[in-house]
Amino acid sequence: MTTTLNPRFTFDSYVVGAANRLAVTAGRTVAENPGSAYNPLFIYSGSGLGKTHLLMAIGHSAKALAPQLNVEYLTLDEYVEAFHAAIAAGQGDAFRRRFQNVDVLLVDDVQFLTNRKEMQAELLRLTEALQQAGHQIVLASDRPPVEIADLDERLISRFSGGLVVDMGIPDYETRVAILRRKADERGAKFQPGVLEVVAKIDFPNVRELMGALNRLVAYQAVNDTPINAETARQVLGVEGKGDEGGGRGEALPATAVVAGPDEFSQFLTDVTVTVGKAVEAWRARVAEAVLRWDGEGYRTGRLEKLLDQETPAAVDEAIAAYVHDVERLKALEAEVATLDPQAAGGKVFRDPDRMDDAEAAAAKVREGAAPPPGPSAAFSFDIYVAGPSNDVAVSAARAVIAAPGKKYNPLVLVGRSGLGKTHLLNAVGLELAKKKKAVVACLSTQAFVDELIAAIDGDRVDWWRARYRRATALLLDDIQLLAGKERTQEELFNLFNQFIDGDRQLVFTAPAHPNTLEGLEERIVSRLEGGLVAEIGDPDRVLRRAALERVLDAQRVTADPALLDYLADRPIDSVRSLTGLVHRVVEAAAAQDSPVNAGLAREVLEGQPVGARRTAGLRTSGIVVSSAGGVRSREKMVWDWPAASDRVIEEMR
Amino acid sequence: MSLVNFTTREITCKIVYYGPGRSGKTTNLHYIYGRVPETRRGRMVSLATQTDRTLFFDFLPIDLGQISGFTTRFQLYTVPGQVYYNATRRLVLQGSDGVVFVGDSQARQLDENIESLQNLQSNLLEHGVDVRGVPLVMQYNKQDLPRELILTPAELDDALNFRGVPSFAADALHGQGVFETLKSISELVLKKLAAGATA
Repeated sequence: MTTTLNPRFTFDSYVVGAANRLAVTAGRTVAENPGSAYNPLFIYSGSGLGKTHLLMAIGHSAKALAPQLNVEYLTLDEYVEAFHAAIAAGQGDAFRRRFQNVDVLLVDDVQFLTNRKEMQAELLRLTEALQQAGHQIVLASDRPPVEIADLDERLISRFSGGLVVDMGIPDYETRVAILRRKADERGAKFQPGVLEVVAKIDFPNVRELMGALNRLVAYQAVNDTPINAETARQVLGVEGKGDEGGGRGEALPATAVVAGPDEFSQFLTDVTVTVGKAVEAWRARVAEAVLRWDGEGYRTGRLEKLLDQETPAAVDEAIAAYVHDVERLKALEAEVATLDPQAAGGKVFRDPDRMDDAEAAAAKVREGAAPPPGPSAAFSFDIYVAGPSNDVAVSAARAVIAAPGKKYNPLVLVGRSGLGKTHLLNAVGLELAKKKKAVVACLSTQAFVDELIAAIDGDRVDWWRARYRRATALLLDDIQLLAGKERTQEELFNLFNQFIDGDRQLVFTAPAHPNTLEGLEERIVSRLEGGLVAEIGDPDRVLRRAALERVLDAQRVTADPALLDYLADRPIDSVRSLTGLVHRVVEAAAAQDSPVNAGLAREVLEGQPVGARRTAGLRTSGIVVSSAGGVRSREKMVWDWPAASDRVIEEMR
Repeated sequence: MSLVNFTTREITCKIVYYGPGRSGKTTNLHYIYGRVPETRRGRMVSLATQTDRTLFFDFLPIDLGQISGFTTRFQLYTVPGQVYYNATRRLVLQGSDGVVFVGDSQARQLDENIESLQNLQSNLLEHGVDVRGVPLVMQYNKQDLPRELILTPAELDDALNFRGVPSFAADALHGQGVFETLKSISELVLKKLAAGATA
């Protein structure tokens, strides 16, 4: 995916002039000491002035000096493409590792970072990783970092932290030198004065200069007579005005050239001294602070206001306070970066005059980054059916809702499957969430474990912890699933203590008393037992009737007392199976187009002979039993029955 | 008057070259223009008559770069010397931070020098500025002319420099004394900063 270095683009073939000397020197230094001199090195210049050549020359030179170095050159577009491909293939991490192992990374055309936030974040990460590992990164762009539109300020400061050099249009002498070298490379010989004519034309870049040379080479190749200065002008379409044609500024009087720069430099020095004396020392200090922080990308309005005053008091204190605020901004930004890397580049973290906004933004990220999973809205407290069998649990739940964290903490709801523990847990969660500023974490223990694993995998455990730490209540369903999950138990243990210390409510559900659960650490068990363990028993008749009414009502079936009595008396061990019964009866009724009544229910549930049904398994909600009684193996059971109505219609044919 | 703008961290000095017609004000600016590196100077604007006399004014901006954290710029102006362009002179003087009086050293031009100096005073007064409060240096130009035609700097000091401000003998055409004059007026102007930014 990376481009191989063009063998022609070396330092040897690079013509150095005043306009690019600094960049070339920096490039050579970097090639000789990758990672230690200027890192990152950022080179910018207009198009066609030799950025790519210089990048590749750095690569060649580094490789020649230390052949074991891993040198890669690629354009930003190639990098983006490779990144997208890697992400699409699920190889994001491998991609990152691959680039972090490059010793000298040369990235061309960085200006295309404009409006690519995710690539900016990626490049920032890469730059940091490379710098930390002491690997060199060299970037080239057609404009300086600050002029790349929409570039993350962290990237700007990161780039500016190394060396940013520009290359200008080569001067006349350099242009002649370039033309001579290129003519040599092409094996073309020109009469004296011809190349000088070309060099005098003001081309905006070297590429076009090469174009002109190519035209001359081609022209000379097809004509027998060698080209002369006059013909060259004609071929290139420039006015033949002799030697003054270049446009290199007007001629100055001879004396001017001789005495020239010194007089001005002297003057400049004198003025500098005078200004230094005139501008009071405190102003200089403030101005320097402004320059410094402005350079790092921070707003400096507050310091600038100081300069507007005649004699401000406590200048140094003001600067110190400013620096303090900047440090706080840095801390906030770093914190936000761990929660939400996208938000960290925000301008609000660069303005010490808007500390409140920055704090608010950070708080927002902290809060809004990703709230922990909340309770399910389907399980409202209003539709929870209470009866003698779950009286204790429900009243405990009410107490918890009335005074979270104060009375029963933790509350552990214990009972067999299908008795409504999850419903009650979520119902408590919903009620708690109604309170002001409440952040209720309510989820299954399995989801809790999965989240932690994902966080560990994504190196975001801090973020994961932060999410739960700011919750005002934590409700975990099926706590027995913690068995054997040591790390999760460890995390829960810490969370547990923090919640208890902060009087924040904890609610759990378990199939049996915690001290009978296997695989839970003693410290967890003892803490669970330390609150209230409320049992939910098998549904009593009152509760069943109430539940039945509710379920039938939900099915839009008018419940006649006989039906209710019949169903409530069925041997049922949980509300869930009761619901299953109702569904079966209602579906059968719909299929037979007859009203739902006790008779039909009896027919459906007690299995009045309808031929084939004898051999088929009966389907209840979630529990499959075989009417034949012989099939015990779960594998042999038919789990995916068509809906009852479909099935019955088939049988009627 | 915005000599120092602390908000934008800029120092901008407006210096006006004043004096009678043909005393060499524009020559001063031309010489400076030739010395300042291309990157440091703006375009020199000259509005001149067909006979190369300054009709309106010359304007030469010079960028001295960052000094003590301030972007420092000099703006050099000349006024038209001829008597009948007084309105222009007044306009150019407005907001000036310092004045260079370029006198013609020729003996026969002495009256002209005195007249111009008086004109400077009255024009400053029109702006409500006391000439004694304005940074001012004198430059006695054309000292390269034959002895018999010119007055010595001492004689000119006696005749013109009643305030005892710094004075310089100059040959603006060849550059002698030009930068000394500029340096001196710059120092005077900048020193006023120390006395108080609201000059």
